[in-house]
Amino acid sequence: MRAGSKTATPLRHAPSRPHARTAELAACLPPPFRDWFVRRGWQPRPHQVALLDKAAQRRSTLLIAPTGSGKTLAGFLPSLTALAGRRRPRGERAVHTLYISPLKALAADVARNLLIPLEEMGLPITVETRTGDTSVSLKQRQRRRPPEILLTTPEQVALLLSHADAPRFLAGLETVILDELHALAPTKRGDLLALDLARLAGIAPRHMRIGLSATVARPSELRAYLTPQATDGVIELADLVTAEGGAAPDIGILDAEQPLPWAGHTTRYALPEILAAIKAHRLSLVFVNTRSQAELLFQELWRINDDALPIALHHGSLDATRRRKVEAAMAAGTLKAVVATSTLDLGVDWGDVDLVIHVGAPKGASRLIQRVGRANHRLDEPSRAVLVPSNRFEVLECSAAIEAAAAGAQDAVQHRTGALDVLAQHVWGTACAGPFHPDALFCEVRAAAPYAGLTRSQFDRILDFVSTGGYALRVYERYARLKPAGDGLLRLAHPRLAQQYRMNVGTIVEAPMIKIRLVGRRPRHKPGTPRPLFGGRVLGELEEYFIEQLSVGDTFAFAGEVLRFEGLQETEALVSRTHDSAPKIPAYGGGKFPLSTHLAERVRRMLASREHWRALPDPVSEWLGQQAERSTIPDAGEVLVETFPRGNRHFLVVYPFEGRLAHQTLGMLLTRRLDRIGAKPLGFVANDYALAAWTIEDMTALSASGRLDIAGLFDEDMLGDDLEAWLAESSLMKRTFRICAVIAGLIERRHPGKTARDGKTGRQITVSSDLIYDVLRRHDPHHILLEAAWADAATGLLDIARLGDFLRRIKGHIRYKSLDRVSPLAVPVLLEIGRELVYGGNVAEGILREAADDLVREAMQRG
Amino acid sequence: MLELKPERLRFLDAASQELSICGKPIIADSSGAMFWPAERALLVADLHLEKGSAHAVRGTMMPPYDTRQTLMRLAETIDRYDPDRIIALGDSFHDVGGVDRLSEDDIEILRMMQEDREWIWITGNHDPEIGERIGGRVCAELRIAGLTLRHQPLPGGVTHEIAGHMHPAARLSMYGYSIRRPCFVGNGRRIVMPAFGAFAGGLNVLDDAFHPLFGDGGIAVWMLGQEGLYPVASRLLRQD
Repeated sequence: MRAGSKTATPLRHAPSRPHARTAELAACLPPPFRDWFVRRGWQPRPHQVALLDKAAQRRSTLLIAPTGSGKTLAGFLPSLTALAGRRRPRGERAVHTLYISPLKALAADVARNLLIPLEEMGLPITVETRTGDTSVSLKQRQRRRPPEILLTTPEQVALLLSHADAPRFLAGLETVILDELHALAPTKRGDLLALDLARLAGIAPRHMRIGLSATVARPSELRAYLTPQATDGVIELADLVTAEGGAAPDIGILDAEQPLPWAGHTTRYALPEILAAIKAHRLSLVFVNTRSQAELLFQELWRINDDALPIALHHGSLDATRRRKVEAAMAAGTLKAVVATSTLDLGVDWGDVDLVIHVGAPKGASRLIQRVGRANHRLDEPSRAVLVPSNRFEVLECSAAIEAAAAGAQDAVQHRTGALDVLAQHVWGTACAGPFHPDALFCEVRAAAPYAGLTRSQFDRILDFVSTGGYALRVYERYARLKPAGDGLLRLAHPRLAQQYRMNVGTIVEAPMIKIRLVGRRPRHKPGTPRPLFGGRVLGELEEYFIEQLSVGDTFAFAGEVLRFEGLQETEALVSRTHDSAPKIPAYGGGKFPLSTHLAERVRRMLASREHWRALPDPVSEWLGQQAERSTIPDAGEVLVETFPRGNRHFLVVYPFEGRLAHQTLGMLLTRRLDRIGAKPLGFVANDYALAAWTIEDMTALSASGRLDIAGLFDEDMLGDDLEAWLAESSLMKRTFRICAVIAGLIERRHPGKTARDGKTGRQITVSSDLIYDVLRRHDPHHILLEAAWADAATGLLDIARLGDFLRRIKGHIRYKSLDRVSPLAVPVLLEIGRELVYGGNVAEGILREAADDLVREAMQRG
Repeated sequence: MLELKPERLRFLDAASQELSICGKPIIADSSGAMFWPAERALLVADLHLEKGSAHAVRGTMMPPYDTRQTLMRLAETIDRYDPDRIIALGDSFHDVGGVDRLSEDDIEILRMMQEDREWIWITGNHDPEIGERIGGRVCAELRIAGLTLRHQPLPGGVTHEIAGHMHPAARLSMYGYSIRRPCFVGNGRRIVMPAFGAFAGGLNVLDDAFHPLFGDGGIAVWMLGQEGLYPVASRLLRQD
């Protein structure tokens, strides 16, 4: 293992520059390690030594280091040197070091890479992984005879801790290493892990924690996460070691011959240049933001790939074995390029990437740096990347991101309040391990940074929820899941409940997925009979809601080919190959990232400053010049609102640059207000930069007559009742509630293939979370799970905090322009009309009416 | 992009639709109930009362409000039609213990609904027996004016039948939207009612389980909306 990488193959090491300081660093290592470094001609890096120092003082520490700096080895060195220097006590039955990674593939890879140096040094240290893939028999053996170093995932830690013998297994724990902490901490998985760490602190009070993180703007959030919090409001921070950055990355914007499009995300205009860049490099990683973009780009590249360059596709919906094949081919050096989504953002390095092509804007400075870091793991040489903006606004965003990367600016890890549904799961898990005292558990939970602000009454309500559902109508006391066990202790009412917990552990609640199986068609036996389908291999999985909208015969792009939907069979969607070049169903949603706050601010500043425009490609600066002439360019602190007629409609366009989620929320609220004023709104559309709403009435005239007050339209109080009234009915809220209900254990996860005895399907047996939501909202509107769902929706899906900040920021800073026709800046968002679905109003009822109409029409025709 | 206010459509919203079973006119209501004017009878199927508490007994703490919600909806429907008799087509309780778990308040609501009205509980597979605690007559099947009312529809080309048990639901797919709702499903000679209970799920009418009832002949489907009951052509229906 070279000091600088987690790469499995090939083993290379970029020699550290002979540096007076580093030359002496090896001296602080114990002999086998010193010799090993020397034999390879390597030197430990300063941050690796600094971390050894911290460990010697038993200080929990956050290590911030760029990709390729030997972060993982740094994290393990303290444990390795400690374990090498001790004689293992005979019959010891406890783990020494626990390594926790967000990806099981990463845990497996790290294990492989630890074994190599251990073997070379002849150190008999035992290293094993424990993930969802580990066999039951190995897991049982591990509990009897644990390895000294155990590599695992957050869910497995929760499972370990739910057993009564966890203290024996973990009491000797000295070190916990948390890898990719920046990715884990600000999520519900991070909440769960924080609670489990608090539990570990009780079991193994001696242990210290080492957090490994990519560069982040505000490390204090992660430093607090790493260390137990006091209950007196004082924030405790772990120590910090920051590795020297490597060479600054070399990032540019791709020059394409064809003009930049106004809108859209296809980047078709730049295909020849993308292919040329791939050809000119050893191995390129082509990152896109969504799975549908990945599929589309992959198809388009192959369409013009006359040299048949080996280009592969990698995203989360593809079957695991297909992904493994691509990864292996990357490592073996047989590929020229891989089109990938965030599945290749983290962790494992496959192969010798020398160029990152980022198609579409990166949406955040940190995401860009992380992705660019995937190219070239030699610290001393710059990573190379080109950005390919897919439309004019994205040019601004790409330039802002490059500026941010050059300045070393990063998006901040947002402070997070621990989710209550996750706490409910943890309380249940705690009860599975044995009787507990609520007072003690409350203290323990508050030591976890995300829960430091938890009040006793919140905690008690969660406790009550776990026990009896926490309903205002207290009818379930006699079925309580937690029973008094004397001395104020609570215990699980039935062992079956522990089984139920273990089946449902974890915070990842995926949208229900359906397997995609490729089938062939046999030749017809007899004319007139349907040709039987015969089964083939599984290509991957897709969200149920996407499959639901398909009719037999529809074609769509998946796994790099155009497929024809043949129907559903049990829980699988059957598809066949087709020769169609263009799929009929164009796209399906994948993960979408909103524009980060930091980048948005840079884009606004860039827009406001004419000096900046000169650095932009000509079509873009001309476009902005026209905007200045025909409408206006707002200052960085202002927001521009335009109204103009177009067709037989009247448009209002506003440019907050706050990301699609916040804009969609704003769109819902604006149309409610416009409705009240009598402007008769018809619809709206949002992208990352702007929002357009259209009405029947003339808003310019309404504004002139004083009936429409533009500033009043954006008054902050819209976040009150309007929001609540709209949200309560929205399908978004129902989805959020479902996730909370699954995590909190109110409804069980769907386990595939489980059908009831009388042959009814799972659907008919399980109570749908929508029904529960409706009933609960009506009869128990203050129920703690509704509160939890609301909090989730407000932070994640609606970006309400960000919208609130926006509304406060622009108060008194609205620049309003009434125009006689569409402005240049408004063109991109208006072009989104027809591309985007906006879920609002009572869409379902409208569709049902339409269907009934259809029947009426049919009846009339026949009559 | 979907317009928030689609232009007015030709189909008139109606909370109910008149349909006929073997020539007998019956009104299907968007609540999921049916009203038989000639008999002044209100029919409901699969109330599944106390389903929430049935789960709680087994350790899953479903909200305990489903019974109240179902009864209140039933009360609204009764107010609208003012029937002389109410017939529950089986699975009125989610399990045999359900009657005993009914709260005093819910029993009181039931009593008020039963006042001056005939109440008939047809038994179902979930509630093969119904205790003395609540009023009404209990029977396994009921024949009125040439129609048979039973819980579980009989397989084969049976006619003159109104049944429940199946929890029919339909999925409609249009404009990229997919909507799944409980529904009435019939062929003019027999009909299966949707489940009325707040926590009752649904089984797609295109599921094989419906084949023995309707064979290869066509089916007619009325989907339950919030504002109306909507007849939907079967070619628009989708599998789950």
